[in-house]
Amino acid sequence: MRKFLRKVFLIDLIQGLWVTFRYQQPKFIYTEQYPAQRPKIAERFRGAPRLNVNPETGETLCIACNLCALACPENLIVVGSERDEKTRRKILTTFTYDISRCMFCGLCEDACPVDALELTQDFELASYSREGAVWDRQMLEEGPRPTKYAY
Amino acid sequence: MPDSTFLDATELVLNMGPQHPSTHGVLRVILKLDGEKVIGTECVIGYLHRGIEKIAENRTYAQFAPYVDRMDYVAAVSNGLGYCLAVEKLLGVEAPPRAQAVRVILTELNRIASHLIWLGTHALDVGAITPLFYCMREREEILNIFEKYCGARLTTHAFRIGGLQYELYDTFEQDVRAFCDMLLPKVDEYEELLTGNRIWIGRLKNVGILTAEECKAYGVTGPLLRAAGVPWDLRKAQPYSGYEQYDFEIPTGTNGDSYDRYLVRIQEMRQSVRIIRQALDGLPGGPIMGKVPKVIKPPVGEVYVSIEAPKGELGYFIVSDGSTQPYRVRVRPPSFVNLQALDRMCRGALVADVVVVIGTIDIVLGEVDR
Repeated sequence: MRKFLRKVFLIDLIQGLWVTFRYQQPKFIYTEQYPAQRPKIAERFRGAPRLNVNPETGETLCIACNLCALACPENLIVVGSERDEKTRRKILTTFTYDISRCMFCGLCEDACPVDALELTQDFELASYSREGAVWDRQMLEEGPRPTKYAY
Repeated sequence: MPDSTFLDATELVLNMGPQHPSTHGVLRVILKLDGEKVIGTECVIGYLHRGIEKIAENRTYAQFAPYVDRMDYVAAVSNGLGYCLAVEKLLGVEAPPRAQAVRVILTELNRIASHLIWLGTHALDVGAITPLFYCMREREEILNIFEKYCGARLTTHAFRIGGLQYELYDTFEQDVRAFCDMLLPKVDEYEELLTGNRIWIGRLKNVGILTAEECKAYGVTGPLLRAAGVPWDLRKAQPYSGYEQYDFEIPTGTNGDSYDRYLVRIQEMRQSVRIIRQALDGLPGGPIMGKVPKVIKPPVGEVYVSIEAPKGELGYFIVSDGSTQPYRVRVRPPSFVNLQALDRMCRGALVADVVVVIGTIDIVLGEVDR
């Protein structure tokens, strides 16, 4: 009898609808209004690469050891260097990083012995051309400049 | 499939997919129909083939680790765990106890995330849209924990060979405990929405039945096997990564139909929470990285390691020729093997049930095609 009444009065469906109804309050809104509202990015997030420079002198920290290029599974890092005749040290000349092939695994930053190469919290990496996805040394040192939207 | 079907008036050959809401561009099923009844099915796979096993032969052991995350992308952490365990066995090293406990926590979180995705999309396929939003909302919390821990949300690359790369962040324990406390009432809520719902029962009950004998014959593992009443779970059968320390149950079903698989997966989420809580309570200190040489060069030999991924038995077979790169990596993905049983489950059912059966297997085509 009870089972019959439950069936006639659609108790099982109303029970489900009640769950949905409980979430009608505006405080249960979870949608993030991107780009007006910026997401909170975790500190360890692996996003756009950056080649760190010494903040006081502006010199690059990179010692052109080529370890990042060797660690990369996709072989997308190319390090160019030349030897300084006086100090017998390697000096960084060019550094390219192909964003379009990168899968942000973080193996390059793990390999870096001087913390020069780092994956940062920047995540807006879109560009209008394939060439734009290949970042040179200047781009890596200064960071990407994503479009600012006025709201 | 016989050639005559195309000219036969009583039988109809229908292409389901690759463009179909429940197979979203990566799976094509050729259905042979008699009216509404399915007489036979044939799967066409390979739409998402990237040759991951071949890529492995040109990468070093450490370099290949990010690629395995791309196979079962909704349970990337489990994939990474299986690969790391396989290489560790080949090298003869073991991860320290702290690393093992953290691995268990993250893998179980990922199991919950995978089951949440399954529940949401399966309910969506059947016609219930609401659970998808709720499941995604809870999954978001898991992804936030992953992002804070290892810096990526989906393809995490969380584990390294020999242990972990990252130490736990400061509020990790707090976050995970808060998530566990939050999840259990939500799971009850999903059950409130679905378990007693007459439409849900009508669509799932006695659809896609696979008996225990058939499961064993096909090599089907995971929730499908457990729903048929076989309490087989590799976490209990051959414990890895310290699972023998934790107390949990293997939920089983009786009928082996889609409804039982739903109940088994719901119960598995609760059991995962139980494991996570135990692992957090007994989280040991100490190092997180074992003694692994900088250049990984395993001795000549071969190894097979299998773990219980959210979808079933995930196995890695690695052959080493003594160099820095694997000679061969073969993956035994659970979804690929489980997909074989599609034909058996669909036979005699209606066209609408095919969608339910595809959903109930919980396939990820990235893993089927590799």
